[in-house]
Amino acid sequence: MATKIGAAPQTPAPVSLSNEEILRYSRHLIMPEVGMEGQLKLKAAKVLLIGTGGLGAPLGLYLAAAGVGRLGLVDFDTVDVTNLQRQIMFGTSDVGRPKSVAATERLASLNPDIHIETYDTHLTSENALDLLRDYDVIVDGTDNFPTRYLVNDASVLLGKPNVYGSIFRFDGQVSVFGAPGGPCYRCVYPEPPPPGLVPSCAEGGVLGVLPGIVGCIQAMEVIKLILGIGDPLIGRLLLFDALGMKFRELKLRKNPDCPVCGTHPTVTKLIDYVQFCGIRGEEAPAQQTSVPDITPRDLKARLDRGDDLYILDVREPHEFQICNIGGHLIPLGDLPKRVSELDSSKEIVAHCRSGKRSTEAAEFLRKAGFRKILNLKGGILAWADEVDPSMPKY
Amino acid sequence: MPIKILIPTPLRAYTNKLDTVEVQAATVGDAISALTTQFSDLRKHLYNDEGRLRSFVNVYLNDEDIRFLQKDQTEVSDGDTISIVPSIAGGR
Repeated sequence: MATKIGAAPQTPAPVSLSNEEILRYSRHLIMPEVGMEGQLKLKAAKVLLIGTGGLGAPLGLYLAAAGVGRLGLVDFDTVDVTNLQRQIMFGTSDVGRPKSVAATERLASLNPDIHIETYDTHLTSENALDLLRDYDVIVDGTDNFPTRYLVNDASVLLGKPNVYGSIFRFDGQVSVFGAPGGPCYRCVYPEPPPPGLVPSCAEGGVLGVLPGIVGCIQAMEVIKLILGIGDPLIGRLLLFDALGMKFRELKLRKNPDCPVCGTHPTVTKLIDYVQFCGIRGEEAPAQQTSVPDITPRDLKARLDRGDDLYILDVREPHEFQICNIGGHLIPLGDLPKRVSELDSSKEIVAHCRSGKRSTEAAEFLRKAGFRKILNLKGGILAWADEVDPSMPKY
Repeated sequence: MPIKILIPTPLRAYTNKLDTVEVQAATVGDAISALTTQFSDLRKHLYNDEGRLRSFVNVYLNDEDIRFLQKDQTEVSDGDTISIVPSIAGGR
């Protein structure tokens, strides 16, 4: 297998390190695998981080600390308080600030000798090739399928290695795609899942340490590619199971029929990835429903009036423990087998966290013959906003 | 022959939360059939309406992708492990 791949910087290495830099990197310099030559390669290297969130945090911190000479940070988002559980580049005082800007400040204070390029923007089919072109190694720390396919295709078209990592709940996947002779993301997964079949982190949750571990593995792969040492994860998919605390490895093969890196590619320029993934944005749009909505205020008014409403909470038991409005808990997945517990003569108000699952539940009940169903618009989050500000939001 | 099938986290909701299911089978296709017979809700997550394995779900026999072996017809032997590996996208 090709272990020394063409990821080495194209620009000539700078001639030397300052005395301060020699001291800073002394634990690298005394290792024969890095040494002065390796540290100069790191200094000459240009790495683009796409996403400065859960994966981007350890990536940014370790690559800056290691002395990667030029780091590009792409993120359009602002820091949210729910990010702080895992996005360790940010502090509480960063909430509300652009992530790319907050990350730049944090990394510049960690290592003032490196150069950081800040791109406070979405990566799109229009700007991707221009953004990626100047870098030696691309790192995919994004969180959605359209951007992952975009990063892959742009990396393949430009011939840059793409250090890939992704997470879900307790599982992680890491590989190096787009290296000469190696497979790309589309060789492994030719198409994304249809919208709604795989829950996002916002819906499915993620244990905060997991992106830390996966991002650190990506950072290690980036450094190995720059130094040209060891066996990078080219043609291998590393699977990490945090609950079982197990690592496994699967073989990946370059697909000769791959639409982007195969022998007869059909994707020769960037396409519309949102359309490719079948969604119009970060999350699937709410399904069209024929079940009428009720606003939290109207529900409150009807309850106060003493109307006999059956509140059906279709969230999970652990969510019910966080906050509830006294509804009857039947998780969406259990509804088909527990539908007999419901009285179709009563008026039912279905609710969940934000209104998506209850829409599905209400539609299921309508098809099952229930006629008096309402869907709480915006879910318990909207209830907290409009009716009960003391209720915790999650 | 007893074959171990490893179930990834996103699909455990359809296998009563089991992370491993043991089945008797002679080929990979038989093994997945036995699995989806036992857990019928899993079927639509693994196969499309035409009955083909979905393209965002890969199946490995030990560490080899069955697309590069004999696909569903790949023979299995005692002690083999089948992994179902869906694409995941989380990262923020």
